[in-house]
Amino acid sequence: MVQEPAQGAHKVQSEAQDGRAGSSGAVQALILTGFGINCEEEFAAAYSLAGAEATIVHLNQVLHGQVSIHDFDVLNFPGGFSFGDDLGSGVVLANKLRYRQTSADGRTLLDDIKQFIADGKFVLGICNGFQVLVKLGLLPNLGGDVTPEVTLTHNASGRYEDRWVTLRVNPASRTPFLKGIDKLEVPVRHGEGRLVVPDEATRAAIEAAGLNCLSYIDANGDGTSEYPLNPNGADLNCAGLTDPTGQVFGLMPHPEAFLAAYNHPDWARRRRQNPEASEEGEGLKIFQNIVAHIAQKNSATAPAVQLADQN
Amino acid sequence: MSDNTTHTIQLTLKPGQHDGDGQRVAEAAARHLGLTTGRVRSAALYTVRYPLTETQLSDFATRCLADPVLHDVRLNELTAAEGFATYILVARRPGVTDDEGTSAQNALADILNEPLDVHTQHIFSKKLYLLENDLPETDLRRIVEGLLGNKLINWLEVGRVADGIRDYTPRPGGGAEAITEVISLTGRTDAELVQLSKENIYALNLEEMRAVRDYFAAAETQAERKAVGLPVDPTDCELEIIAQTWSEHCKHKEFSALINYKDLETGEEKQVDSLFKTYIKDATSEVDRQLRANGNDWLIKVFSDNAGAVRINPDSLFVWKVETHNSPSAIDPYGGAITGILGNNRDPLATGIGGARLLFNTNVLCFGNPEFDGQLLTGQLHPRRILEGVRKGIEDGGNKSGVPTVNGAIVFDDRYAGKPLVYCGTGAVMPMQFAGLDSWEKKIDAGDRIIMAGGRVGKDGIHGATFSSIELDETAPATAVQIGSPITQKLAMDFLLLAARRGLLKCSTDNGAGGLSSSVGELAGISGGAVVELERVPLKYPGLRPWEIFVSESQERFTLVVEPGKMAELLALGQEMEVELTDIGYFTSDGFLDVRFDGAPVARLNMHFLHEGVPRKILEAEWTKPAAAEPEISAVTDYTETLTQLLGSLNICSRESVIRQYDHEVKGRTIVKPLMGATGQAPQDAAVVRFNFESWEGVAVSNGILPRYGDLDAYDMSAGSFDEAVRQIIAVGGKLPNLTPGDGIFWSVNDNFCVPDSVYDPASNPDGKQKLAKLVRMCEALRDATAAYCIPLTSGKDSMKNDFKADGVKISVPPTVLYSMTAKMEDVRRAITSDFKQADDVVYLLGETHDELGGSEFYALHGQLGANVPKVNFEKAKALYTLVGQANDQRLIQSCHDLSDGGLAVALAETTFGYGYGAEIDLPATGLPLATQLFSESHSRFLATVAPEDVVAFEQLLGERATRLGRVTLDGQLTVRHAGQPVIAANTATLRAAWTNGPVNKLLGVVSKDNLSHSNSL
Repeated sequence: MVQEPAQGAHKVQSEAQDGRAGSSGAVQALILTGFGINCEEEFAAAYSLAGAEATIVHLNQVLHGQVSIHDFDVLNFPGGFSFGDDLGSGVVLANKLRYRQTSADGRTLLDDIKQFIADGKFVLGICNGFQVLVKLGLLPNLGGDVTPEVTLTHNASGRYEDRWVTLRVNPASRTPFLKGIDKLEVPVRHGEGRLVVPDEATRAAIEAAGLNCLSYIDANGDGTSEYPLNPNGADLNCAGLTDPTGQVFGLMPHPEAFLAAYNHPDWARRRRQNPEASEEGEGLKIFQNIVAHIAQKNSATAPAVQLADQN
Repeated sequence: MSDNTTHTIQLTLKPGQHDGDGQRVAEAAARHLGLTTGRVRSAALYTVRYPLTETQLSDFATRCLADPVLHDVRLNELTAAEGFATYILVARRPGVTDDEGTSAQNALADILNEPLDVHTQHIFSKKLYLLENDLPETDLRRIVEGLLGNKLINWLEVGRVADGIRDYTPRPGGGAEAITEVISLTGRTDAELVQLSKENIYALNLEEMRAVRDYFAAAETQAERKAVGLPVDPTDCELEIIAQTWSEHCKHKEFSALINYKDLETGEEKQVDSLFKTYIKDATSEVDRQLRANGNDWLIKVFSDNAGAVRINPDSLFVWKVETHNSPSAIDPYGGAITGILGNNRDPLATGIGGARLLFNTNVLCFGNPEFDGQLLTGQLHPRRILEGVRKGIEDGGNKSGVPTVNGAIVFDDRYAGKPLVYCGTGAVMPMQFAGLDSWEKKIDAGDRIIMAGGRVGKDGIHGATFSSIELDETAPATAVQIGSPITQKLAMDFLLLAARRGLLKCSTDNGAGGLSSSVGELAGISGGAVVELERVPLKYPGLRPWEIFVSESQERFTLVVEPGKMAELLALGQEMEVELTDIGYFTSDGFLDVRFDGAPVARLNMHFLHEGVPRKILEAEWTKPAAAEPEISAVTDYTETLTQLLGSLNICSRESVIRQYDHEVKGRTIVKPLMGATGQAPQDAAVVRFNFESWEGVAVSNGILPRYGDLDAYDMSAGSFDEAVRQIIAVGGKLPNLTPGDGIFWSVNDNFCVPDSVYDPASNPDGKQKLAKLVRMCEALRDATAAYCIPLTSGKDSMKNDFKADGVKISVPPTVLYSMTAKMEDVRRAITSDFKQADDVVYLLGETHDELGGSEFYALHGQLGANVPKVNFEKAKALYTLVGQANDQRLIQSCHDLSDGGLAVALAETTFGYGYGAEIDLPATGLPLATQLFSESHSRFLATVAPEDVVAFEQLLGERATRLGRVTLDGQLTVRHAGQPVIAANTATLRAAWTNGPVNKLLGVVSKDNLSHSNSL
């Protein structure tokens, strides 16, 4: 495919692929697009900046068997409005992954994703992608049977909003995505980001396992339910979840929209205060974390991966 | 209510779940209509017209549609109404876009694992509201028509629950299809010709109708028609094609007219041979000559395609288009605005070969006062409703397409209460070449196939092009309204990007106003003809006549030009990406637009007549300077209260509630957003967006619009608007073009004129000559401005009939022009934001303040217009902007805000909003009265701050153009002194609260004591 020089060094892959993506030994990130997903370019840029090889494919290429998720290390569901969010955000896309049969034996993409996770690989969903993972039941997946346990719905304000928030990482969270991060400033851009946990038992289980990995916080650093610091009124003031393995991670805010320091609304004043500060945005750290983690894991277990690929 | 193929699924929220929708209806009914509804429960309904077993229906409802945490499901029963007395049902009329239904259909296909034609509607979504109180039907109608639906697009049912809930599911279609009627023009009197034009919404005047009649009566035409088996008289399709092609919307007849202009002040008389040619095209040619003479050859494409194109660097082009969508937004604000933004997106997408990547949207909106509490005219919507609908349309149009809305403006004036103005802009990036071909070229040869891509065709949008070319009245046709489907367009857009990059497209264009008639008609001009086979066009539903298929403006469609050898690969890609592609004919070179249905001719028109045959208009313009006088406003010693009032006034107050509902940073490239600073509440002058993640090159985007000044002098209004847009870009760190040889700093400007009917008629438009004279003067200012700054126009649009007439009253917009500017930023990291950065930085006023309070917000606050309208001195302005650019090269400026509405005082307040700094300001001793110094809106001025260590270098560079005013302080107090006495003394948090809690945020229900701030950063 013709590369647009002005549009990105990240590999924008759209052709069918043969065998394992990439031969460079770089961490392979698969980024899904199509049907109204619209944050795939900055998602790919995030992985490229973090040193991985990013491949954007249309979901149909995966559903039709032209691309296998198993050739990749991390599967990514970007933000956007998949199917226009018409039945509730992420609902129709989740439905497609759960029910659309991708082969004659009745296998679905969700079956493949379960295998992918069982193989020790990673899944990241941001905004609409997080909504898909929640509606699929991949998050929080307390019961381990991939059944929806919580939901994300309309903000308490009733409005879509684009505003910057501050998040605190739950120290009990063990996901490699958030390693070494304490606080994080990021934009939220959603109308349906209010996490609803239906009952006390589920709430307690999520908290006990530290799956509520990100909270909206106030100026004192405390979790808050106060609008607009908590922009949607989420239960547990929760902005993001992991599954119990820490391999599946989803969040409403957009770290991929904070790849450069110049994305922050207050960048100009901050750079005046501190001209030598890094030009990287805080959101990039999440991608650097997971790429480093996978690279380390791959180098430690290279033979095993080879074997798995041949099966 | 069900047979074996029709089922209804009802979703309600489980007890305990927050019913935001229902609550909002109750609140809005109380707030806007004074009605007490009691509790309101909302329910979603899906009517499925598809054979399903009980199990399939139940699985579909509970697994696909319902959220297990949120919803209760009922199948084939509309109940759960215990405790509710009345109901409101909002359905869609036949053929109206139903994205929710389409998505449900996708889900059904997935769970059944069956191929299910998603282009035929099987599922219809509706909304049901149950109301606790037993309101009379008239009140229920007020709620549903005033708050929930639009009769033109929705089917609305209301009533008592006890009487049974009436459901409605559209059954479109019926009637014969392949009917083409013949309409005789021979022997019709002039009056009958005019009557025919009005009845059929041709929007053609008598002279044009005569030209059409004469074309068909000509012996040559008769012979040609006989030869191909067409009747002597024109077909309905032929008259529709001519009406569309010759519409003001498509042909810009008034901008091409011969105008006799008289200046009654000076006695000067002159003839203007086309406003477009004289003031826009020729002016840009002169600018291009100057640019090229200086080694700046970045102007690639102007005025000749869907959007203008300039070169960013050797690899890529920047494509820029701004348009209006006023008439549709007046009758259905949501549909009008969403089709406006999506339609405008298609312009850069389908420029040249097509397949540009959209980078950002902008929008500028003009509304009546949203707090209007008088009597509305028949068919007139309340300005608040128009604002809310348009805002929502832009939200969905931009957000759901993944295109950031990076800046905009809202202007309020009561004269926009009939027709609002909705300007939509889109910037895009395109590689210089696709598969070895120049991307900006449109080449077509005979034999190339015509492919329709994207949505299907229905009756929606028929007569949009002609309808928007006439004034609005209470009989506006329902079919002129369309609802955009961002998801359909997103799929088509993703497809177009790939198809272009694979070299499968020869070129493309969008289907907007005039539908296929316009897109194929215009493309056929390149090859010299086309044959269209209308029976191939996929329809949303049966029942369309051939002419309706050809002129329908159903949205989200592109017309692609494809070489026959590339068809197979193109069709395969379309199937893969689920975009419907249909081969509907081919291009020819025989000089005719030839339209057929099932082999029978329905239209065959000579291309030369079609495109060149419209009679030229000759119009009269007479300029008299409006009588105006400066008011007496008594001076006071403390202007703190005046400043506070200005900050909370309709045209100055914060638009945060609107801005935050637009995604302004998707794509991750927005560097200067509409609101910045630690608070996220410092308003900025222009947006800055980087092109990609590999370089720091980017583009600054601004909008200049000052309609109120036009009441004093249309020339100064236009010149000022142009200057406003230029200085906003200079403020954020942009540089004027062509200052140094081959610097490659592109500028690309779109002009958009929106004026009232300016064609003189002694009875219906007695002041038409004066209105046209205003337009001439606006154009003269435009020519002078482009020449002075050496800034080229690359595209634009004019909208000529912005009047609303009903009940014997006419509401006309003030003559308005918007200049939408873009300029290259070599390094976005060097962008300058408006807010103060650090205590002890020195505050300067750059530029000259004059006694120019005419048309100012200060006068408006006192109910006055005044006389001394601000004038632009282009020479001085250019010199200042050049120096500001040099100061930025030396990194001498820490913050820069352009002075506009409310003058110096408002700018001073706004620059403190980012962090909560204050400022100590001493106004210099000048000959100007204090109020003039504080509130004059003289053009070409900035409020800038400079670090203490850079003061000497800065003052040396700027010389007397910079006036030192004071310094930034840490205490959050704004103190302005004049002759040693404090004249403004305010806490900047209080000022910010006045600005934030102004009428716009209040109207949209967002009011906060803590200013909604992102206070964590403080």
